[in-house]
Amino acid sequence: MLPIIFVLPILQLVILSNAATFEVRNIKFAYIDNDHTPTSRALVEKFNASTYFEVLTDFPSQAEASSAMLKGEVDVLLNIPQYFERDLQKEKHNNLGVTINAIDGAAAGVENVYVTQIVQRFNQNIKVDLLQISDQQIQPINIETIPLFWYNETLNYKTFMVPGILVLLVTMITLFLSGMNVVREKEIGTLEQINVTPIKKSQFIIGKLFPFWVIGMGLLTVGLILAKVIFNVPMLGSLPLMYLYTSIYILVILGIGLFISNFTDTQQQAMFIAWFFTVIFILMSGLFTPIESMPKWAQTLTEFNPIRYFVEVMRMVMLKGSGFNDILPQLLKTALYAFIMNGLAVWSYKKTN
Amino acid sequence: MKNSNVIQVDQLTKMFGDFTAVNAITFNVEKGEIFGFLGANGAGKTTAMKMLIGISKPTSGKANVAGFDVFTNAENIKKNIGYMSQKFALYDDLTVKENITFFGGIYGLTRKRIKEKASILIEELGLEEVANKLVGALPLGWKQKLSFSVALLHDPKIVFLDEPTGGVDPITRRQFWEMIYKAANQGTTVFVTTHYMDEAEYCDRVSIMVNGKIEALDTPKKLKEQFNVDNMNDVFLKLARG
Repeated sequence: MLPIIFVLPILQLVILSNAATFEVRNIKFAYIDNDHTPTSRALVEKFNASTYFEVLTDFPSQAEASSAMLKGEVDVLLNIPQYFERDLQKEKHNNLGVTINAIDGAAAGVENVYVTQIVQRFNQNIKVDLLQISDQQIQPINIETIPLFWYNETLNYKTFMVPGILVLLVTMITLFLSGMNVVREKEIGTLEQINVTPIKKSQFIIGKLFPFWVIGMGLLTVGLILAKVIFNVPMLGSLPLMYLYTSIYILVILGIGLFISNFTDTQQQAMFIAWFFTVIFILMSGLFTPIESMPKWAQTLTEFNPIRYFVEVMRMVMLKGSGFNDILPQLLKTALYAFIMNGLAVWSYKKTN
Repeated sequence: MKNSNVIQVDQLTKMFGDFTAVNAITFNVEKGEIFGFLGANGAGKTTAMKMLIGISKPTSGKANVAGFDVFTNAENIKKNIGYMSQKFALYDDLTVKENITFFGGIYGLTRKRIKEKASILIEELGLEEVANKLVGALPLGWKQKLSFSVALLHDPKIVFLDEPTGGVDPITRRQFWEMIYKAANQGTTVFVTTHYMDEAEYCDRVSIMVNGKIEALDTPKKLKEQFNVDNMNDVFLKLARG
């Protein structure tokens, strides 16, 4: 069992951190060139040069392009109108048709940004060309923004994801182990044997918590080492602080697990309930989607989500180097949560039915 | 002789919704006695026993076990009793020694005492060879003897045995009863349920439960006289068939 507990999460960390990316890449790009001029070809060439786009084909007609998109063969379709070059030179203005497959709305938004950027850059080059040819008086006025990306300068999504996925692993393993545990003893009958002994309820719960707590801390250690060695995720903050927070956090999860375990009669029931909470906790943790963009009521709900605090703390300490005072609010809420959940776990464990 | 009663039960009742599992049973068990608690499957034996060992709250009535009330002082009862359930309930994934150490620890025995007890117990049961093997790998008969010994680990006043010899071969059953006698001789009260009527003959006194009520309670000899039969099997059949 112990090898399973450690090997599977490590695999998950390695696979998920590489695969669970928000970057939109390998976009299948097709175009309809009705113009067939150097300018239109130059525009297509810009897409070809981009690493994000895989330029597929020049479709002869809109109908064929549409049916290809319906089949899922094309993500982005650029329609270059006839007289594109001529109109651009004459009227200094033209329209391009861009069609994006928006089944995945988030990806479509990103694709739109990419297309717009490429067209804009193309635009500036063209402008310079056109200016040289004709209008010398008009000076281009360009306002450019130069973004500085703090805390993750290279926008490496792995730096962002690895701490989050580490949170998931520590949480899931400890929740499932503790959630299955007491109920398993109910099933095999050893709990009855324990219940006829004079063991105190708190002793029993602590006895149950401790091994899983150790496993959870072990997982964190392995995960942090992998994060450093494989993904080179920075560890700007204090390691002891990370451990302090995690040691309290794991108590919350174990408390929830034991509470579930006490309330259920079979491992199946416990499994269902544990899954229910895991899915909600994960999707509402801010790990994959920012909490700020959730509806107000959902944001309020996330206050009760322990994973949310762990994700925040993990990212703050690892990536921003936050100190004790910075994470104090999260630390206090988590400690309170741990106190309540373990109180409930002790309370719900009944030696006499 | 009131003081020598280690179990006093008066009108003890357990209801599950509308169903009365145990219906106002009344009996006493004396110190050092081997008390047989018989009844057909579903007659309410296990439910009654669970109330006496403090893991099931009675609906009404009174019961005093080892000097403590089952309603208010169940945890003190637990310090003074041993229990062996119908289903093998030691940890299969711990070794023989680890199980002994674990349960000894729960009952608050010192490390030294646990060590002594463990070596005596392992020797008596002839488990030297498998002392460091997982309990799950042992044959059922050995497991049952081990459970019984673990139930006696903390020298309880009373030991409750719920069908201890179910599914066990005749030789092991015989050895098991030798262990029961030995415990009784040392002053431990034995409260035992069984379906084997030859085992009922070994008991000092026997009660027979039918549909949640105790229909008969006496020594095996007197019960046989009362029902005018020559073995306990017939006593049981007469009662259980109504």
